[in-house]
Amino acid sequence: MSVGSSDGTRRLVDGLGWFSLGLGSAQLVAPGVMNRLVGADDDAVSRAVQRWLGGAREVAAGVGIELRRRPVRWLWARVAGDVLDLTMLGAVLGSPRRGRGGRRRAVVATAAVVGVTVADVVAAVRLSRDGGEGGERDKAVGGIDVKGYITVNRPVGVVFAYWQDVENLPRFMAHLQSVRSLGGGRSRWRAAGPAGVEVEWDAEISGERIDEFIAWRSVGAASVDNSGEVEFRAAPGGRGTEIRVRLTYHPPAGKLGATVAKLFGEAPEQQVRDDLRRFKQVLETGEVVRSEGSPEGPRARRQVFQRPAQPVTS
Amino acid sequence: MRATTWMGKTHVEVQDVPDPKILNSRDAIVQITSTAICGSDLHLYNGFIPTMRKGDILGHEFMGEVVETGPAVTRLKVGDRVVVPFPIACGHCGACERGLTSVCENSNPNAGMAEKIMGRSPCGIFGYSHMLGGYPGGQAEYARVPFADVGPLKIDDGIPDEQVLFLSDILPTGYMGADMCDLTPGDVVAVWGAGPVGQFAIASARLLGAERVIAIDRFGYRLQMAKDKAGATDVINYEETSVLETLDELTAGRGPDACIDAVGMESHIDVGPLHAYDRAKQVVRAETDRPHALREAIMACANGGVISVIGVYGGFVDKFPMGPFMNRSLRMRTGQCHVHRYMAPLLQRIQAGQIDPSFVITHRMTLQDAPRGYQMFRDKQDDCEKIVLSP
Ligand SMILES: NC(=O)c1ccc[n+]([C@@H]2O[C@H](COP(=O)([O-])OP(=O)(O)OC[C@H]3O[C@@H](n4cnc5c(N)ncnc54)[C@H](O)[C@@H]3O)[C@@H](O)[C@H]2O)c1
Ligand SMILES: [Zn+2]
Ligand SMILES: [Zn+2]
Repeated sequence: MSVGSSDGTRRLVDGLGWFSLGLGSAQLVAPGVMNRLVGADDDAVSRAVQRWLGGAREVAAGVGIELRRRPVRWLWARVAGDVLDLTMLGAVLGSPRRGRGGRRRAVVATAAVVGVTVADVVAAVRLSRDGGEGGERDKAVGGIDVKGYITVNRPVGVVFAYWQDVENLPRFMAHLQSVRSLGGGRSRWRAAGPAGVEVEWDAEISGERIDEFIAWRSVGAASVDNSGEVEFRAAPGGRGTEIRVRLTYHPPAGKLGATVAKLFGEAPEQQVRDDLRRFKQVLETGEVVRSEGSPEGPRARRQVFQRPAQPVTS
Repeated sequence: MRATTWMGKTHVEVQDVPDPKILNSRDAIVQITSTAICGSDLHLYNGFIPTMRKGDILGHEFMGEVVETGPAVTRLKVGDRVVVPFPIACGHCGACERGLTSVCENSNPNAGMAEKIMGRSPCGIFGYSHMLGGYPGGQAEYARVPFADVGPLKIDDGIPDEQVLFLSDILPTGYMGADMCDLTPGDVVAVWGAGPVGQFAIASARLLGAERVIAIDRFGYRLQMAKDKAGATDVINYEETSVLETLDELTAGRGPDACIDAVGMESHIDVGPLHAYDRAKQVVRAETDRPHALREAIMACANGGVISVIGVYGGFVDKFPMGPFMNRSLRMRTGQCHVHRYMAPLLQRIQAGQIDPSFVITHRMTLQDAPRGYQMFRDKQDDCEKIVLSP
């Protein structure tokens, strides 16, 4: 990297930081105005979502970048945030209740966010290459690479055994419908995608040490080229088991690829964290914990589309 | 069933909603006999807690009779009379094992939402926003109670509702406020806020051996109650006298050894410019909370003393006196109350006649009157201290 190009990256990063602070402040200060600007319903919920998820996130990302603390990570947080914005804007574009004015504003806002997303990705990739942060996301170029961590208050042996039985995975991995063991370390995975599209692939255990780690990867003509590994370690002072997960997806090009990308691509870090929370709930309390606002348990999508906190009927 | 629902800022309605159903095998359904409006509900009512949704059922202080149990419930059975703690806790995670039930790691299905605002998630709470779980509350005829073997405390038939209802929240909360002060002989405690939570903090500080307890508020009838019923030795009406000066006088310049903030994020203050500053920042969300009582408590506290914060804060505060806090070796203890750990011992104190929590009740209404109740309690009309609703 030449000095000049590093300076260019710095400037781009600084600019995005200030954009974050500006946009975030606008969302915190005047969510109603922001909602009208993007053409979303200006009701209490979308205001709250804008204000607290949108605004607070932007400010946090802005402050994170300005403080230069692990800037790469914060920039990728911005990318994830952009995805959330795009999802919300997408919902507005698809909503039949919008008048033409609302739609036009949403299109403009989408274009702006898409523009920012591109800038974010460019900055994050450049910084990653500059070695900004040990390249946590190096592999992310062209794929989705996610990490997640959790501590489960049960002995390592129990925790490891539960994960090792791949047929247990759908109990806590929200997007999986089923995993069937085929013997010899092989298994067939099935996931339900958006609009009822099903995705299926085979996987094999690519590495395993009892009570320490399990690694797997998709095999054959998998529609979703993916791999993952989990590390288990006794937590200090009898605090149970520490779990560190790393997943990598390489969605293919084309229509199926788009479906898959949608399946795994929406706030992927949030999805992994929610899956791990479900895993912890199952092991510590025996089942996934449900509320009336989130009847299916922790799920990233639910954060944008909560039911009211009233008894469920169906 | 009928239930009190949040319909927007300063707007609650009593509506027909579906009856609750078992969602998890460890749930119980409770038919509610008594429920109350809390100062924490006012933060929702006034629109200061994010992630509320129209139609959310309010209420987190309730008791009643078990009418249905999930297949995995073993300790409770249909017909049991129970008081339900407001924090929802699983009983098995690391936090629950240490008795820190209000930071249970499993009870908030929307933990991801809370993390965005708070860094990490606390527990789920009945009727207290989606970021804290999206659970319907107990100002209703029925409620679903998760982890029914962990939270609800069984109550014998002999004791009336009004003596035990507040075990659900404000009695343990006030008690924890005093407990966190780690009182030693001779300690002087000052309590900001003579609402129901402040009253129980005052009474608990006395129970735990405080030499002197000073109540601070601006409502005469509340200060009167603090003195007559809760056991405050001194009261300060901050609209009539300077708080810092009076505390100096009462402690001969040492300051109170422990200061309890039982006010929280909607603190009131007379000094025009500072209030205007906080109000303005709060309105534009550059500051979510108005921390005047907390600032004053820090300035007043004796060197090496404790600041015990039980008033609820939701987000960020400004002009926090960090220098005084640090240089004078102060400590701060905080938390939503870990109600579970205090319920049984406090029930014993009630049964032993050491405290009768019903002294705070000034108004009794039917559930149907909840909207009027919210307004009355918020505006402190008709000398209102605490409202109990019966469905
Ligand atoms: N930590 C917990 O678990 C927990 C549980 C319940 C309630 N709370 C919180 O406790 C607080 C009090 O609840 P409550 O039911 O007593 O409410 P309340 O509204 O009845 O009481 C608040 C009192 O504070 C007084 N006050 C306001 N500004 C003041 C100031 N600057 N100095 C001194 N006093 C001032 C008011 O006049 C009022 O009497 C709330 O913030 C509530 O959310 C916390
Ligand atoms: Zn309360
Ligand atoms: Zn727990």
